[in-house]
Amino acid sequence: MPKPVTIRDNPSSHHITLQVNGLETTLRVPPWVSLLDALRDHLDLTGTKKGCDHGQCGACTVICDGDRILSCLTLAVMKDGARVTTIEGIGTEDRLHPLQQAFIDYDAFQCGYCTPGQICSGVAMLDAGHGESREEVKDLMSGNLCRCGANTNIIDAIMAVKEGKYE
Amino acid sequence: MNEHEQIGQPRRRIEGARKVTGQAKYAAEYNVPDLLYGYIVNSTITRGRITAIDEAAARSVAGVVEIFHHERRSKLPGFDVIYSDMDAPPGSPFRPLYDANIRFNGQPIALVVAETFEAARYAASLLNIHYEEESFDVDLLTNLARARKPSKGLATLIKPLPPGPRGDFETAYAQADARFEGHFHHGSQHHNPLELFATTTVYEGDGKLTIYDKTQGTTNSQLYVSNLFGLSFRDVRVIAPFVGGGFGSGLRPQYQLVLCVMAALQLRRNVRVVMDRAQMFTFGHRPETIQHTRFGATADGKLTAINHVALAETSRFEDYNEVVVNHANMLYPADNVALDYKLVPLDRFTPLDMRAPGGSTGMLAIETTMDQLADQLGIDPLEFRLRNYAERDVSADKPYSSKELRECYRQGAERFGWSERKPTAEVNRRGNRLVGHGMSSGIWDVIALPGKASAEFTADGKLIVSSAVTDNGQGTYTVMTQIAADELGLPLEAVSFQYGDSRHPLSPIQGGSYTTAVIGSAIKAACRALRSKLFKLAQIMDGFPLGDALPEDVRFVDGAIVLKKDPFIRVSLTDVIAFNHGKSVTASKSNIPNIFRLKQYTRAAHAASFVEVEVDEQLGIINVTRAVTAVAAGAIMNPHTARSQILGGMVWGISMALHEETLLDVNLGKYINTDLGEYHLPVHADIHDLDVIFVEEHDDVINELGAKGIGEIGVISMAPAIVNAVYNATGKLVQVFPIKVGDLL
Repeated sequence: MPKPVTIRDNPSSHHITLQVNGLETTLRVPPWVSLLDALRDHLDLTGTKKGCDHGQCGACTVICDGDRILSCLTLAVMKDGARVTTIEGIGTEDRLHPLQQAFIDYDAFQCGYCTPGQICSGVAMLDAGHGESREEVKDLMSGNLCRCGANTNIIDAIMAVKEGKYE
Repeated sequence: MNEHEQIGQPRRRIEGARKVTGQAKYAAEYNVPDLLYGYIVNSTITRGRITAIDEAAARSVAGVVEIFHHERRSKLPGFDVIYSDMDAPPGSPFRPLYDANIRFNGQPIALVVAETFEAARYAASLLNIHYEEESFDVDLLTNLARARKPSKGLATLIKPLPPGPRGDFETAYAQADARFEGHFHHGSQHHNPLELFATTTVYEGDGKLTIYDKTQGTTNSQLYVSNLFGLSFRDVRVIAPFVGGGFGSGLRPQYQLVLCVMAALQLRRNVRVVMDRAQMFTFGHRPETIQHTRFGATADGKLTAINHVALAETSRFEDYNEVVVNHANMLYPADNVALDYKLVPLDRFTPLDMRAPGGSTGMLAIETTMDQLADQLGIDPLEFRLRNYAERDVSADKPYSSKELRECYRQGAERFGWSERKPTAEVNRRGNRLVGHGMSSGIWDVIALPGKASAEFTADGKLIVSSAVTDNGQGTYTVMTQIAADELGLPLEAVSFQYGDSRHPLSPIQGGSYTTAVIGSAIKAACRALRSKLFKLAQIMDGFPLGDALPEDVRFVDGAIVLKKDPFIRVSLTDVIAFNHGKSVTASKSNIPNIFRLKQYTRAAHAASFVEVEVDEQLGIINVTRAVTAVAAGAIMNPHTARSQILGGMVWGISMALHEETLLDVNLGKYINTDLGEYHLPVHADIHDLDVIFVEEHDDVINELGAKGIGEIGVISMAPAIVNAVYNATGKLVQVFPIKVGDLL
């Protein structure tokens, strides 16, 4: 569960309300704070990662109203009223989401830094029913970089869930 | 019963659940109270000096607390040796914020500290720096005349300079039946771990600091910071339980650490400094390197002459060296050999070990040269390598401690279906794509270093082992736990490995594929000392159940000391602790490699990669459709995580051959593609069918575990195998890497 909200006040701050991982969260943020920094620094939800801050690596992927979005290219104030699911809301250590379990079983990560983004991206893709074939899944996951080179294991894990091995 | 319950078994990562749920915390994720944020400002010129820094606009931003630069900084030491770190090459290490001089583009010159990240970043953009520019040389190609021998130092002990000449290369080359002369070039490459370099410094008061740092060595960062700021080692604690990739970039303390600690000490506040992605291109990198090869062979395919010369960039202030040219003669026993390795000092930052440093560079030239000779001679590339197989390392006149490369060739070729390969002269088409098959050998020298660990058996039946070592994703945490569990005969759940903290016993930096051997051996030694203590206690327990037994008469199984002859006679370890008045038993041990024994052998891991590529005939687009890498690296501790290490290496090889390079504008003196959109890394859609084989290899010379390490070996054979496959598909040999679409049109 997110810790209490820290509010760093600023004259130009806005009140916004986000449904973060099912919890209604109100915060006051200046308009220039990205959703990524709001999550990490204001809400202490550090599971969402910053890899480039330019929308080029996918580490900051979260699910917003059902779509996977790059939280670094999104200002927090743009998402007033939105439902945001971060990696912390996908599953917990005691209750893993099937894709999280598959990532462990298929060793779909090494350093673990791109992992939350890969999982959020994969979950949203699967929930949307996208990715007909392994090749399509690769294409649809290509916005999420993995520098450790766990690529084949990541796709294996997603395909295992897609093929119903975790039902 | 199996000798090992854990070692050699596939085990899932212990920290897996934390990593997939976002609970694993990295250096920038400790949201401590009253945190200040620092943003770094970098030089926009390449060489010269700062004449003035106008702070007014930056200071006017609400929330700015302080600005540090060479005129506003803490006192810094004046001697080079104090700035030296565990991976410092010979020379004069760079000193952040030391003076007005600019030595390279992107040099950190100021830190803006503010109450929020956004204020610090905005104010940093307003800092007005005035420079006096001087002319510079960053171009390797036009400065080759200045190439010179590298200076010797500690680094050249671990990464030896080339051996002297053997035989008479020029004569042998002139007399060879087949000759090939290659000229290879690759630009700089940057590690780009996905986690940005970051430090969070907690100011504890009384001169004490707790530092969460992105590093491949907590001890390294601790010693460096203590030295720079004149702090007692005991007062500086560096913690790094989770590190989002390193690949060598964290082998040296990076400048955000210095700036962050400086700000925390000066302001007596908690401070975080995170680099941005462009700043990730402003420090060490794989050096741009030019290589010339001339290999000669007899008509029946015996290599007789090897000449391999490498010319690499370094900075003006340090001589970074790596092992580029030594491997051809280790792998192929020609009698006439001339090797040379030189550096060209340029106005760029010092290069730094990057995954498979030297080996991936040198083998790219060696193995493509080998294929060209094979092609000339009309011999299958694999057969050509087998005809030149080295049973002994003639370059050093030593036997190999073990070498199952032949088995790598055999198993890899069989799994891949190498016998189906067509000669380059025959066109192999699949629709509008040309199909090519290529292979390559790989080799990586085994490095031996001392390491230290401690072990404790607690009253509640747990084994706690500790080392300051980090885990950047290699699987160290899990593997060390496995090693300790076996030594005391415990299940994994009963073992806790404490790591990534400078409070624990000293560890070398985590690199060069040696961590498993170095720290694993130290843990084994510490656990053995602990066993001995527990056994001695058990011998004097009431009733003397093991009173007459010698250490070799017992085994540690299922949490008990068991008499081998009569397994019904056993003492549980928790009973031993109870007998010890409930006090836990501890042991600490260093493992010092037996250098005299090791020096009698050449010690290396080997690999062979087999690759299929498809090249779009009209567009020149290359796809690596499938690849097999067979690895002989001694004992494999955990096949589950080891396979991933090799897969990762194979992706790095694909990247080196086809994707990544940092482009340098020689007129501006700066790298120009400093972001992850323009610095090309392979994405999921670029990676297809990859297969890994671990060939059984026994080695009782290298270390007690018989493990050679696997961090680098997966990278090395991949890129040349791809280049050779592209040649097989198209008949075009590309010698400037990465291969670009235009090269094949």
